[in-house]
Amino acid sequence: MAVTRHADAVAPVRSSGPVSTWFARHASSAVGALGRLARHPFSSAMIILVIGVTLALPAAINVIVKNVQAISGGWDNALDFSVFLQQDTSEDEAAALASLIEQRADVESVEFISAATALAEFREQSGFGAALDQLPDNPLPHTLVVRPSAGNTSASMVLLQEELANLPEAEYVQVDTEWVQRFHAILDIVRQAIAIGAALLGIAIVVIIGNTIRLDIENRRDEIEVTKLIGASNAFVRRPFLWTGFWYGLFGGLMALALVWYGLYLLEAPVSRLAGLYQSNIAIASMSVAEAAGIVGIGVFLGLAGSWFTAARHMRRIEPR
Amino acid sequence: MIQLENVSKRFPGGQEALSDLSLTVDKGEMVFVTGHSGAGKSTLLRLIALIERPTSGQVIVDGQNTRRVRRRKIPKYRREIGMVFQDHKLLYDRPVFDNVALPLVIAGVGHRDAGRRVRAALDQVGLLHKERRQPETLSAGEQQRVGIARAIVTRPKLLIADEPTGNLDPDLSLEVMRIFRRFNEVGVTLLVASHDIALIDKLGCRRIALEDGRLQASPREEEEWL
Repeated sequence: MAVTRHADAVAPVRSSGPVSTWFARHASSAVGALGRLARHPFSSAMIILVIGVTLALPAAINVIVKNVQAISGGWDNALDFSVFLQQDTSEDEAAALASLIEQRADVESVEFISAATALAEFREQSGFGAALDQLPDNPLPHTLVVRPSAGNTSASMVLLQEELANLPEAEYVQVDTEWVQRFHAILDIVRQAIAIGAALLGIAIVVIIGNTIRLDIENRRDEIEVTKLIGASNAFVRRPFLWTGFWYGLFGGLMALALVWYGLYLLEAPVSRLAGLYQSNIAIASMSVAEAAGIVGIGVFLGLAGSWFTAARHMRRIEPR
Repeated sequence: MIQLENVSKRFPGGQEALSDLSLTVDKGEMVFVTGHSGAGKSTLLRLIALIERPTSGQVIVDGQNTRRVRRRKIPKYRREIGMVFQDHKLLYDRPVFDNVALPLVIAGVGHRDAGRRVRAALDQVGLLHKERRQPETLSAGEQQRVGIARAIVTRPKLLIADEPTGNLDPDLSLEVMRIFRRFNEVGVTLLVASHDIALIDKLGCRRIALEDGRLQASPREEEEWL
């Protein structure tokens, strides 16, 4: 009886369509990897927590810098440049120069104050009216008040200042508010430091996940050998480990989001109290959807990278004996 | 089906497991390889399974020279051969059904088709009713039959078995050999390494006797010696 059944089933192994097979294999690997994480909830949770904290650190600092920048953005008003023009510049030339400067991308607006207007203002405010009338001609130059656009970094501000100073018509460019520039320079340094720190932490995550996967591979060495012995390719035995890395990265990224959000939630009340004291209505800006997705995406990428490096290296090494 | 031409296998360290061995196994044959431990039986099977490569000579399996099977192609090559091991090599973290289904999963056979084939294979070894059991809850003989079901589930044309009855008592051994015999009757070529001369004689199949990595001049002598 068994023999006839065997005979009628002698047809060669036929695979289903390559795409659906690929999809089905990955789906079962993904579910299987998830199941293995669930079977060791404590150690899985520890690894996810480590990844979460590691990702949350730079993400949180980034949110803080973003908020500080938003607040200090209001100070940019104080960053107008006063460009005093050469005495021999005519009013028409000055007005033409003003509209020329206004066309620059890094300039938001230019206010033209003619020498006559400036003198009138000065006469009004200083109370030297009679003394000024004694002067043979107007000692004041035409002035352009240049307001940079908001998108400027401190580096581009310096550049703008230099370029204004180098104009042939310009006598002197004055910036009263160098401390704001210094502050922005500090913020730039902080942002740069976050980028460097985040890169180092990213490497740490890759190493952590890689090491976890390596232990996982060692624990399942026999299984890998047997599976290879009956015809599994490296890709086949590697697949579940890549999914394990994927899940670590995904859950780690979500954990980081939860930590950052919880931190912001804790800061909300004190910040609004502080804002109340300044009669201001600043509120903490949280992460945008894109930033949140970015953090999770980075987590997934690092998880896959860590598991890929490890699995690729070890799978080739483990051969049936 | 299997052809060895002047095959030698020397391991690092110098000992020669096979020396200048030539033999042929025809399609549809059931052949036993006998000899003492260390005679080269396992090495012979490992060369066929491409777990080892010969130091010199040619191993041709189903018209394919194994020398030309590249490393990356070994998995595909192994999928064409059924393998049975003395220690079963089952995966003890999953039930019998999943163990037998593994070669089909590797080959990417669809879910429904795989289920049908797994049950057919388990039926042939008489374990259909135990598909949900964990391997460690089965006896040694049953575990070996699970191993056999896994080896034949992809319907290979060639089945190689290394001491498949090494850990079994005579009754179970005979049962396993009868299963092999049935596969042979429907056209599967079998190469079985075994030292159980009495059992082999009962089946009346061709014997290849190895001694120190060479063909023994006359198998009869060995029998008298035993």
